[in-house]
Amino acid sequence: MAILFIRRLVQMALILLGVAAITFVLLYALPADPARMIAGRSATAQTVANIRRELGLDQSLPVQFWSYLSNLLQGNLGRSYAQKTEVATLIMARLPATLTLMFSGIVVEVVLGLTLGTIAAVRRGGFVDRLVMMASFVGVSAPQFVVALLLLYVFAATLGWFPMSGYGTFSHVVLPAATLGVLGAGWYARMVRSAMIDVLNQDYVRTARAKGLSSRRITFRHALPNAVLPVIAMIGIDIGQFMGGVVVVEAVYGWPGIGQLAWQAIQQVDIPIIMGVTLTSALAIILGNLVADLIAPVIDPRIRTR
Amino acid sequence: MFKRWLRNTTVATMVAIAPVGTMSAIAQGAPQQGGDIVVTYKDDITTLDPAIGYDWVNWSMIKSLYSRLMDYEPGTPNPVPSLAESFEVAPDGLTYTFKLRKGVKFSNGREVVASDVKYSIERAVDPKTQGPGAGFFGAINGFEDLTGGKSTTLSGIETPDAGTVVFKLSRPDATFLHVLAINFASVVPKEAIEAASGDFGKSPVGSGTFTLKEWTIGQRLVFEKNPAYYVKNVPHIDKFTVEVGQEPLVALLRLQKGEVDIAGDGIPPAKFLEIKNSPDGAQIIVDGAQLHTGYITLNTKMKPFDNVKVRQALNMAVNKDRVARILNGRATPANQPLPPLMPGYDKSFTGYAYDVAKAKALLAEAGFADGFETVLYSTNTDPQPRIAQAIQQDLAAIGVKAEIRALAQANVIAAGGTEGEAPMIWSGGMAWIADFPDASNFYGPILGCAGAVQGGWNWSWYCNKDLDARAVAADSMSDPAKAAERTAAWGKVFTDIMADAPWVPVINERRVVAKSLRMGGADNIYIDPTRVINYDAIFVKQ
Repeated sequence: MAILFIRRLVQMALILLGVAAITFVLLYALPADPARMIAGRSATAQTVANIRRELGLDQSLPVQFWSYLSNLLQGNLGRSYAQKTEVATLIMARLPATLTLMFSGIVVEVVLGLTLGTIAAVRRGGFVDRLVMMASFVGVSAPQFVVALLLLYVFAATLGWFPMSGYGTFSHVVLPAATLGVLGAGWYARMVRSAMIDVLNQDYVRTARAKGLSSRRITFRHALPNAVLPVIAMIGIDIGQFMGGVVVVEAVYGWPGIGQLAWQAIQQVDIPIIMGVTLTSALAIILGNLVADLIAPVIDPRIRTR
Repeated sequence: MFKRWLRNTTVATMVAIAPVGTMSAIAQGAPQQGGDIVVTYKDDITTLDPAIGYDWVNWSMIKSLYSRLMDYEPGTPNPVPSLAESFEVAPDGLTYTFKLRKGVKFSNGREVVASDVKYSIERAVDPKTQGPGAGFFGAINGFEDLTGGKSTTLSGIETPDAGTVVFKLSRPDATFLHVLAINFASVVPKEAIEAASGDFGKSPVGSGTFTLKEWTIGQRLVFEKNPAYYVKNVPHIDKFTVEVGQEPLVALLRLQKGEVDIAGDGIPPAKFLEIKNSPDGAQIIVDGAQLHTGYITLNTKMKPFDNVKVRQALNMAVNKDRVARILNGRATPANQPLPPLMPGYDKSFTGYAYDVAKAKALLAEAGFADGFETVLYSTNTDPQPRIAQAIQQDLAAIGVKAEIRALAQANVIAAGGTEGEAPMIWSGGMAWIADFPDASNFYGPILGCAGAVQGGWNWSWYCNKDLDARAVAADSMSDPAKAAERTAAWGKVFTDIMADAPWVPVINERRVVAKSLRMGGADNIYIDPTRVINYDAIFVKQ
């Protein structure tokens, strides 16, 4: 276990290094000059050159990457070009909002997805099954901004049950989490349903039924734990995705998450912020997968012995 | 993209034109004192550091946080003393002497003295600050030494005593008083900059009408009235909260519910007509002219745009009314580089009328009877690609096949500044909006030889030595008595340039913001050509 863990850590470091290198090269390959974006057009060529020098942009790419890396190893993500603020400060300021939205979104989608998927599998072919599958189809296909605006219009603007935008209290998180949850639940419901149907057709389930176990016990004790494995892997992926910022949902609900920061940084060619957000989200994907890998054996003994 | 005006030149002097129409808030009855309002923007505020901030969102906030030697007489393009009590200009136009108001204090409690003015401008010019505004101060003695790293101060700013600042210029600059009114000339206390260790923009200290009380990154900024501000009864409101990250559509819904007082990003095109036709529409929509011209650059160094007849033909081919319609009528067709609000704009000039037949004939005369193929660059955010398509169709009507290349703004800017790269650029989303109301600001970087360089903003790569010489001559007329003559000289430069047709001037776009029913004051204090939203002048109706 310890060896496995160390191996994973080394892997993580290598992946992060790779992500950093690729992002860095891509950003500098862009035909856009951050110094000129800062300088605006009334700047003289000399002003632009001075800004470029102050930012170190006149150095060669390997030199720039090396100095970025050595700063990174000291925990320094650099300063934003446009804001002059430490990138770490900007990311940390938005992290709580991003984490809140991520956890609440995942809770909604998992609870909703598991419940609906299980019901659909048990009632396979019936009316409920078809209803759930249709709803999940809509959920999977509907664009985020449509669902977000729809929920906002109905529950906040018209009914006034929730605030229209902002962050800070429980009622602020309901609509954004519901948007993410409703959309994500579609995937989970479909996945759980097909996994459950597989499991319910297996011999041991038939045996359990023959033993006379209640169908509730069969479903929850014997079938569901086996069907839930892919869900855990998917949560790992979702963690990464939500950490990278859910730009559309954040924008509609005025949610101060990392996605909005990234979006604005891209417009301004603010390379230190783009790098910081990319690395944060890469780290989250890696950690999410690590957690998923660690949880899987707890649920499935077969993985433990391997 | 607010601000982008010129650096160099001239004493500005009261350009007594002020076509700025019906602007006074007083006309609507005396503004009431008090009130607490909410303003929204989609983008986060980048910085409140006056040496760095240069976009149309932070521009008005920086204006209100700090004070400067000069300001504008409300609603006019006329610079008047502000932090300065009075000033004198030497007859040769090379020495400016300012007497400071006494007893003005920074929000940290210290009195503003002459050395603060010197420090602040040196800081704006110092390359270490990485500020975009350094070039504005190019006329001050010692400018090259500071930007070139040979000195850490500007020898041309002297402070004989705590209440006097003297500027020595290396050349007459008719825009110098304007320069002292722009944000980059804001006065800041050195000790607060040093205490902020590199991030003064998040903890600003000034002596303006408001102070920053709270900044929660990504969420809100709270500004409170400075009760000790040196002009009586200014500002009117007690407090304003800027909420960021707010989608314009949602901001508008909140405004209609009374949760928001000013939706800074205006009204999304999809909602515009609905709001306009609603009973409160007229009161909600603030529609104001700005110092803006939208244009197509024709690259004079690339074939076939090196042929003046081709450029003239294109000027006749574009249906500008249709472009204005795409913008929901929030624009008027343009025929010259200067916008109508700008002193020097020539009302009698007619330019090239829309005439497809004549355009075709001219193209044939130039040897392109069958047209040609070219590329039109545009930014990729709505409505710019739609406007580019309209232009594409207009060009097709005279046989010109233009391929549209819609890219992110930064990439279009890079293409424009690379020689031989972009034959045509539609300037939408990047168009020139002046920083101060003086015609010189519309020339140097975008139409003069100085801008026609690698990385420059003269995307037509147009360089006319004769016009450049006339520009320099006009900007040397720093005697206030010659102001009208100077303005006329500038106006002529811009109409004469149209003979060479390096641009197709397309439209002058107006800005739209939405305000709640309780907000008072004339439209032009919500869209002020020199300040965007004038937080000092807006008020809440009781």
